[in-house]
Amino acid sequence: MGTRSYKRKTSHSEPGPGDGGRTGSWRVERPVLDQSLCIPCKRNKEACYICWLFCPEIVISRTIPPTFDLEYCKGCGICAEECPTKAITMVDEAHFAEKEKDKE
Amino acid sequence: MQAKTNILNLPTREFVHPGTRACTGCGLAIAYRIGLKALGKDTMLIVPPSCLTVLQGLFPVASTKLPCLNVTFASTAAAATGILAALKTQGKKHISVAAWAGDGGTSDIGLQALSGAAERGDNFIYFCYDNEGYMNTGAQRSGTTPIGAVTANTPFKGKQQQKKDVPAIMAAHKLSYVAACSAAYPLDLYDKIKGCVNLPGTKYFHIHIPCPPGWGYAPRYGIKIGRLAVETGYYDLYEIVHGEFKLTAASAKLVEKRKLIPVREYFRSQSRFKILTDDQIAAIQTEIDAKWAGYYKKDE
Amino acid sequence: MHMIEDGNTAAALGVKLCRATVIAAYPITPQTPLTEKLSEYVESGEMKAEYIPVESEHSALAVCIAASSAGARVFTATSANGLLYMHEQVQWASGARLPIVMCVVNRAVGAPWNVWNDQQDSISQRDTGWIQIYCADHQQIIDTVIKAYWLAEKVNIPIMVCYDGYILSHTTMPFDLPDQEKVDAFLPPFQPEYALNPDEPANLNTVTLPDVRVDVYGELAHGYMEIRYLLQEDLRTTLQVAAEAEKRFAEIFGRGGDPYIEPYRCDDAEHVAVGMGSITYQMRVCVDALRNEGIKVGVMGVRFYRPFPDETIAYALQGKKSVIVFEKALSYGYEGALASDLKSALYEHLAGTGALPSVQNFIAGIGGREIRTEDLTHALRAATRGRVSKEPLWIGIKL
Repeated sequence: MGTRSYKRKTSHSEPGPGDGGRTGSWRVERPVLDQSLCIPCKRNKEACYICWLFCPEIVISRTIPPTFDLEYCKGCGICAEECPTKAITMVDEAHFAEKEKDKE
Repeated sequence: MQAKTNILNLPTREFVHPGTRACTGCGLAIAYRIGLKALGKDTMLIVPPSCLTVLQGLFPVASTKLPCLNVTFASTAAAATGILAALKTQGKKHISVAAWAGDGGTSDIGLQALSGAAERGDNFIYFCYDNEGYMNTGAQRSGTTPIGAVTANTPFKGKQQQKKDVPAIMAAHKLSYVAACSAAYPLDLYDKIKGCVNLPGTKYFHIHIPCPPGWGYAPRYGIKIGRLAVETGYYDLYEIVHGEFKLTAASAKLVEKRKLIPVREYFRSQSRFKILTDDQIAAIQTEIDAKWAGYYKKDE
Repeated sequence: MHMIEDGNTAAALGVKLCRATVIAAYPITPQTPLTEKLSEYVESGEMKAEYIPVESEHSALAVCIAASSAGARVFTATSANGLLYMHEQVQWASGARLPIVMCVVNRAVGAPWNVWNDQQDSISQRDTGWIQIYCADHQQIIDTVIKAYWLAEKVNIPIMVCYDGYILSHTTMPFDLPDQEKVDAFLPPFQPEYALNPDEPANLNTVTLPDVRVDVYGELAHGYMEIRYLLQEDLRTTLQVAAEAEKRFAEIFGRGGDPYIEPYRCDDAEHVAVGMGSITYQMRVCVDALRNEGIKVGVMGVRFYRPFPDETIAYALQGKKSVIVFEKALSYGYEGALASDLKSALYEHLAGTGALPSVQNFIAGIGGREIRTEDLTHALRAATRGRVSKEPLWIGIKL
């Protein structure tokens, strides 16, 4: 089955996520949140959200608590570096790979 | 002058999808994301070959949710003029046009078209995202690469020439608005965009973009390094409104504080400056001090 | 309405009648009066359009590409080195499948500098995927501009309307100015299948991959190779669509004929001269003179150069003893571009049939060297006696 019936004859792209594939696979470490240090969690209201602001990949939700979309998170660590209370730590992916292997 | 935006009243609508091909910790991704929030839905984008071309996605997937025209390297500003002309003849006054080009596509190959559009007074915003090199093709030197930086084609001696001052070139066109911004100060970028949309003619934005692979630092330090550039007084945040120069945000605060972080901290944070000698850094520090002496004097 | 004006004015009037809304132009001799005329129409309000005085030809076509992508009917014009400077954009426009109409006022290319007429500029662009049509007089200029918009918007391929610098651009000739209402009947407003807009966001002309890839709806989308194949396929189909354009034009304006070639006294000719542009009308004088000497010769103007109407040309020349190609350009390192393409068409359709004519190639008028009718007649007469040379012969060379 070829592309003869494709609706466009030019390079015409429509919006959608994951152009780079599952960019979560790029990670060597992932962000982990300690809610006891996280300002919006502690106050139980919208506050801070510096991690949300600076995430280059838009994978941090502006929620209580903020969550990380691990499908696409590249593990840059900017959120951990910028968090004013050090609520976010970057943890080696190997740690989770072991855990996930243990589950199987 | 409108009130300054803070994180909590920044619009939450996103105009970029996650999972792009941008590098881990890309500074452009941050500036672009916030910039698009300021521009809003009724915007047409123009992008030449650059990191943004790749970030925006390869056919047939687009990671930007706004209409965008990819154009040849030298023609960004001319394409913006063309879109504007079409919109004008169609009476679509509510749609604005924004060009996003890299430093190479602006200060080198794209300068002619940009100057032409500025001279004609074409009403669009031109964003130069300056990661100080041709980063998309492997970090070759550009007109805005700073002196002393090691790049792929200045591998041992570093760039011998000064960084081209593109905002000054654009200010010489007597534009209504010229701004210098940084990815490390996204709220300053946001406010400047919102503040200038009703000004006439071409508006020019120069955005300093930390780049992990091009500059040589661990991605997590991108914002810190962007901040260091400003807090050492090396890169200034400012706007020129109808010819009147004004420092903004953290740079304005430095005039009050009268204390700059030594610029050697900025240089030593990135491996691209590894060949800069202490003497060269001292010379640059002297230049910075002289520049700021001027700012302090104006403030008095 | 009867007009007596120059070729550049004829072109400008055509653009005005077609209601182009975005015009971008950079001045270059001998195109300048064309763009000046358009700026007059726009500034006086006769034309409702944006006129952009760009800072380079590369930008002129950039403006057109962008405006066309946003749904505007656009126009630009250039010559020689201006066209060469635009080359990157010329390739871009066809790959982007945009219905841009551009007049190329044929002029010699540098180095060295020369402002006079030959066809090297447009010939050097023949591989870019644009449609190329050559005009032989002012009526053809204005009619071709009008047909070009209809055709371009039908097949989504840009068109170069070529005419000789100075010889046509700056000389005055009578021609009929079509009625605006008839042009509006022939050419409806530009309605592209897609125009860039925020309600249906899309990213146009971004990087494609060597291979095919699934889109956001899960459908398999083209790779680069498919997109380029479709351009080629649609260019070849353009030959049929051009015939449709010619027929529609004739129905509304009462004139037209063969869209691809313009033969003169070729039916019973044993030898046929072939050329493109104004030289073909000059050659009619030579043909009449040689006919009076009893030599059965005709001249055929080629109007469509790209897509190349190989079948039409080959069968029009079938069984002739010789074909003599007169050109104002060449593919350096080999021979005249038209001669090469023509030989290829003849070989393709007539090899082994016994009806394959011999081909003689003459190069004339390079850099505006005067083409004297008696020199053309002399060359043509000599060629009818037998093939003069394997290499192209340069008429009027003074080495």
